[in-house]
Amino acid sequence: MSLNTDKTIEGSFQLIGGDFSIAGESSAQLKKILTDLGVEEDIIRRASIATFEAEMNVIIYAAAGTLNYTITPEQIRIVIVDMGPGIKDIDQAMQEGFSTAPDWVREMGWGAGMGLPNIKKNSDEFKLDSVVGEGTTVEMAINLP
Amino acid sequence: MTLKELEVILQAEVIVGSDNQDFNIESACSADMMSSVLYYHTPNSLLITSLTQQHVIRTAEIAGIKIIVFVLNKQPDQATIDLAKEKNIPILVTSYCMYTASGRLFEAGLPGCLNK
Repeated sequence: MSLNTDKTIEGSFQLIGGDFSIAGESSAQLKKILTDLGVEEDIIRRASIATFEAEMNVIIYAAAGTLNYTITPEQIRIVIVDMGPGIKDIDQAMQEGFSTAPDWVREMGWGAGMGLPNIKKNSDEFKLDSVVGEGTTVEMAINLP
Repeated sequence: MTLKELEVILQAEVIVGSDNQDFNIESACSADMMSSVLYYHTPNSLLITSLTQQHVIRTAEIAGIKIIVFVLNKQPDQATIDLAKEKNIPILVTSYCMYTASGRLFEAGLPGCLNK
């Protein structure tokens, strides 16, 4: 099923590090936008999960971040830029089970080391750029049929 | 499996109910790690967990989980209850531990999300 519009839809959400009370709300809002656009359920689920994982990484590790989305009839593209500590070894960070999350984060159910691999698994395109001491940018795209 | 059947099998208290009695839960996932829920979930599934914070509700919403069961009689706070109502995700609380709650549902015919 294609989108019920042929326009490009863009928007952004501000993310605040450490604020678990609203963690995931941006991804939930994006999910609603995709639902209203008539995107099929399986694609909404993949996009929502990938976005949610990236949003949680900002909440857990960074001071702040921005989630930008662009939806065209061909693709959903999401870019999340954070002001966080950065990732020292990206290959290691991509390994399932590797995590640097502190204990208090794990006690809340996060930091299992599945986030970045899960973003990649649910995306058709995935790119991760990071500079230690500056921040991380996660870019993902999910193709629309 | 319906909400009513879950309530009986788990001898659970319904904290957040639903007008929708047509839930057809087809599989279950038992986890306290939300990343595992997001990695292994399947549609129309049930989450059994001992975490009761608001972000558990948001994880369920994103993963397409239809009902949440809190084990060990863990009572969610009002903010979690309000969010579950807003998202229309029913919450049950059972005194069983995660192992026993999972076992009772499996015995009643509800498979795991991964079916292995």
